[in-house]
Formats: sequence, C-alpha cells, structure tokens
Amino acid sequence: MATLLRNFWQSLTGGDDRNAEATAAPVPERPREAAAPAILPLEIAPNDPLAAYFQSSPGTVEVDRINLDSAALRALKAAGVKMVMPLVSQGELIGLLNLGPRLSEQDYSSDDGGLLSNLGAQASPAVRVAQLVRQQQLEAQARERLEQELRVGRLVQQTLLPKELPTLPGWDVAAHYQPARAVGGDFYDFVYLADGRLGIFIGDVSDKGVPAALVMATTRAILRGAAQRTSAPGEVLEQANDLLHPDIPPKMFVTCLYAILDPATGRLVFANAGHDLPYRRGRAGVDELRATGMPLGLMAGMRYEQKEIQLLPGERVLFHSDGIAEAHAPDRKMFGFPRLRDLMASAPETSLVNFLLAELARFTGPGWEQEDDVTLVILERTAAPREGVVAWRAVLDFAIPSEPGNEREAMKRVAEAAETLGMPPARLERLKTAVAEAIMNAIEHGNKNRPEIPVGVRLLASDGALAVRITDQGGGRPIPKAQTPDLDAKLAGRQTPRGWGLFLIEKMVDEMRVTSDETTHTIELILQLKGNENASQNA
Amino acid sequence: MPAKTLEAKVRPAPGGTGVAIIDLRGEINSFGEAALNAAYAEASQSNPPAILLNFSGVDYINSTGIALIVGVLAQARKTGCRLLTTGLSSHYVEIFHITRLADFMNIYPDEASALAGVTR
Repeated sequence: MATLLRNFWQSLTGGDDRNAEATAAPVPERPREAAAPAILPLEIAPNDPLAAYFQSSPGTVEVDRINLDSAALRALKAAGVKMVMPLVSQGELIGLLNLGPRLSEQDYSSDDGGLLSNLGAQASPAVRVAQLVRQQQLEAQARERLEQELRVGRLVQQTLLPKELPTLPGWDVAAHYQPARAVGGDFYDFVYLADGRLGIFIGDVSDKGVPAALVMATTRAILRGAAQRTSAPGEVLEQANDLLHPDIPPKMFVTCLYAILDPATGRLVFANAGHDLPYRRGRAGVDELRATGMPLGLMAGMRYEQKEIQLLPGERVLFHSDGIAEAHAPDRKMFGFPRLRDLMASAPETSLVNFLLAELARFTGPGWEQEDDVTLVILERTAAPREGVVAWRAVLDFAIPSEPGNEREAMKRVAEAAETLGMPPARLERLKTAVAEAIMNAIEHGNKNRPEIPVGVRLLASDGALAVRITDQGGGRPIPKAQTPDLDAKLAGRQTPRGWGLFLIEKMVDEMRVTSDETTHTIELILQLKGNENASQNA
Repeated sequence: MPAKTLEAKVRPAPGGTGVAIIDLRGEINSFGEAALNAAYAEASQSNPPAILLNFSGVDYINSTGIALIVGVLAQARKTGCRLLTTGLSSHYVEIFHITRLADFMNIYPDEASALAGVTR
C-alpha cells in the first residue's frame, strides 16, 4: 500500500470547462519519478475517443493496452502514466487518478488494480463535491461583483438626484424616482436660473449599471453648464449634444427633455431630445407636449425644435420616463402611454404621484419585479391664492410601501425636515407620534398591509405652520371619527385594549382634517411651528 | 429602519420590599407584545405588592404599545398588584396623562422615589 501510494500521482483532469476548474488547483511542480502526488494538467477534448473510453471503463485501465487515436492518450503516455483509474460520477467523467511506473520496476498486480479501483470509487463523489463547491464559489463571486457594480451605479445616480424640490409661490412641484433593481439610468434635475425661472430636466440613459450612471453624471454636468450659458431650451440641448457626442460610448445615447418655467407668467418653453412626451392636463383635457429632436450623443450638429405653452391656474404637466408606460402586468400586458394619458385626465386633484403609483401597483399586481426606473416629475400651477388663504409650499413628497414598521423611517424623515424648519423638540415629539400613528393607520386600515400599495406622505410649510398629508388607497369608506377611549371599560375587559391611534393623533396636533374620494383617504395634520406646550411638559 | 425589538428584564427591587422591577429597552409596539407579557408573567409570579415598569431604555411607544400597557395594567388590577412607572420622557408622561394611564399608574422621576412611594 505504501509503495503504491508513494508511486501514484494524482491527476484531476477533464474534457470540459467545468472540470478544468478542478485542474486549476495549485500545482507546485510536475512530479519526477517518485515525487509526491501532484496534479497533471491534461485537457481531454469532448470529441477525444479517450473520454468515451474512460467513461465506460468499470475499473483501472493500463495505458499501454489502449489503442486509440487520441491526443490525450499521447499526452498521458508522454507523461509516463502507466495505469489510470477514471473517476466517474453519475455517468460523467470528472477526473483521472494516474499512476506512473512502480518504484520496484515491476508491473502492477491485480491486487494493486483492485485497491486503486476501490480508492477511485471512494474518491469520485468527494472530487465531484469539491468541484461543485468550487463552482458555486465562483458563481457567488461573480454575483457579488455584479451586485457591487449595481450598488455603485445606484449610488452615483441617487447622489446626483435633487435633494430638495423647488418651492415656488403658486406652484406645486413633485418628483418621484423609484429605481429598478438593475438601475435604469433615469435622471431629473432642477436648475435655478438668474431671473427666477426654473429649469427642469428629465432624461434616460440607454443602458444600465455603472456605465449608464457615469454617462448620466456627465450629461447632467454638461446640461447644467449649458443651461447657465443660454436660456433657450433648444440651444441647451444642441450644445449638450455636441459636447456629449465625441465622448459617449458607442451605442449609448441619452434621451432628455428640457423645459424652462417662468413662474410669474406660467409660460413653459421646452425642447425634447427623443424623450417620452410630457402630458399636460389643461382645462380642455389632456394633450402631449410635442417637440422633435434626436436623442443626445447619437450624431453631432443636431437641431432641436422649441415649443412654448402657457400653464393656467389648476393646470398640471407630467414629465415621465418610460418605466411607468412600459411596465408589464403578470399577463405581459403593457401599462402603455394611452393608459397614462387617460389617468392624467381622470386623476383627482390630490397628489398625482401617489395616484399614478397606486394605479401602477394595481396594474402590475403584487410581487412585481420592476423592469426599469420609474421617474415622475409633476409641475402644477395651483389655483390662484385667495385672500386670507394660507400659502403652503411643498417640503417633502415621498411614498413608502405598506409594511408595518415603515412608519418609523417616514416619521424620522418628516421630523428631520420639521426640525430644519425650526420646530422645537417638544413639538417635534408630538409631530412624530401623530405622523407615525397616521401612517400606521394608512398602512394597516387603508392599504391592508399590502406592500405594493404606497402610502403617500407630503409635508408642506407655510410661514408659521406645518401640514402633513398622509394618503392611502382605502377610499370609499369613511374614516371613523376619533372617540375618547374608555380606559375603565378597557381595564375591566369590556372593551379591547386597542383603539388609541386616532385619539392620540387628535390630541397631538392643532388641527386634523380627513378627506376621502372614491380611491383615497388623506389625513391632514396641522401643527403650528412653535407651540405653547412647554408649560405642561414638566408634569 | 428595522424596528428595534423590545427587551424586558425582571429583577427584584433592592431593600427586600418584594417589589419587582421590569427594565424595558427598545420600542413598545406590536413587535414587543411577547417580551412584555413574558416579563410581566415572570415578575408577577411571586405576588409582589407592586411592579415598577422602568421605561428609561424606551425611545418609542406607539398606540399598539399603549394597548399592551393597558393589557398589563388590567392583569395587575385583577390581582391587586400596583403598577408604577419611571423613566418616561416628558413626551410620554404627557401621553400617559392624555390616555389617563397616569390615573392608574403612578409616575416617578426615578427608581428610588418610586420605591419610596411603595413603602409609604
């Protein structure tokens, strides 16, 4: 036995790529004569007759007795291999145990052959397991690399999206960006121009991952620069195209729409480099804002048509990317532009973002694997402010999935914004409790804990007060009026111990309003920025 | 933000008064129901004259948490065990007053004054 073991050198070889991984194990040096076991790198091509021969061999094979026209056989002989034990697992050749000549210079006995057959039978499954483990490790590494790349892409993209929405008196600006897992390259941006006008970009890079994120970052910088130099949207796109074209990777391009709003007059001038057409909901219905132009980066010297519209009080414009219109239902039906247009026409006056997201969720159903980034930017000229009506400006507008526990993160975001606006700590605590309770109700009672249905959260500020509007999709049923819970009855077991939410909300805020329509409920919480509760705080 | 789980540990009050103390840490919401009820069951096993709920490690109580506290209070009242509290932030002291929980559970600023309150 000792002689035999000293004598053989092990070879894990194979004829396909997967098995080649096994041969990649460290090989210090090709063994000479009586060296320790080592690995002989040997490729057996799939069409080499030796592969089929070994695969069907029940036990050890003496190399000198094989008579085949085989490159692998010649390699084995050249390496001095005398005896081979094919390692076969589940009918597949996964490696060879190769033996050189015996040290004693005698031929191998049939006992040696039997021993080697035994060894081979035991080694095969172990080698197979090792190969599979290695294969899985490599696959896991590849997955990890891909995930890492997606993380970087997402980070670049999200870092460059605007942190705050523009606040313009008489206008509501809302935006929503929802990345696909693979990051689709969407972007939007706001540029504040010298004369009080607002520039709005929305675009989409025709690729995914890190390359798309880098092109997006470059495009954004170029557009920002061009927007400051010239105030005609067509010229901005023209300049951006000429700057981008020499540097953009082949087959990549960027669709982009640029619009400039004059908030004082409602005049909106825009040009479009191949991006999805915005919709305007005007007094006469919904129309598309058309202006022709090629996507950025495809060809130098392009011209971009420039158009102009007038937005009246109560009118709104939806800028969007194809992520929403090209979303698919489980039956592969596409959401489609006509549906989006129809929804613009039928949308209630409340948050359009939440309405569209809810309609999208309804269309795609639960468990939707989002195919592409969904980006929405909405510009709305609010109805003319009347005398004595508080002017609210939007501070935050976001949506969260309806999962219990999500109210904590939303509560934190609202509180941080309120703190920035100067709300003192004791008021902040009241705000936090009220917001968390209202969102919990929206998640549980309005949206029935269905994560795919969003709860919309908007924070608005006026000079001295904050309003938080929390919208769920549980419309059609009125929210019950808050009643003072009967603690004595609860303690005596005559009532459930629960039922504190609405009561607490009402006690925490200065004013609470509930509005409902057929599809949504909105609870509005109003708190004066500075209150006078500190006196009762030290009870 | 993942919800912080509630930890509830029972210990006897110093001084051999027989009072049990439940130290609470984390968030009192629906996720904390099992921990709070288990701690109350453990604390009430020796029929203590009073149980002190120590909230100093608690940074969030929501309406479900209030309901859990009401449940514990109801159990305590059945067996004639007093419930005391300490460590509540001023915000939650206010909420205990609004909900009238403060009518049934004395609120103390610290553990020593709570224990002094029991023996009085």
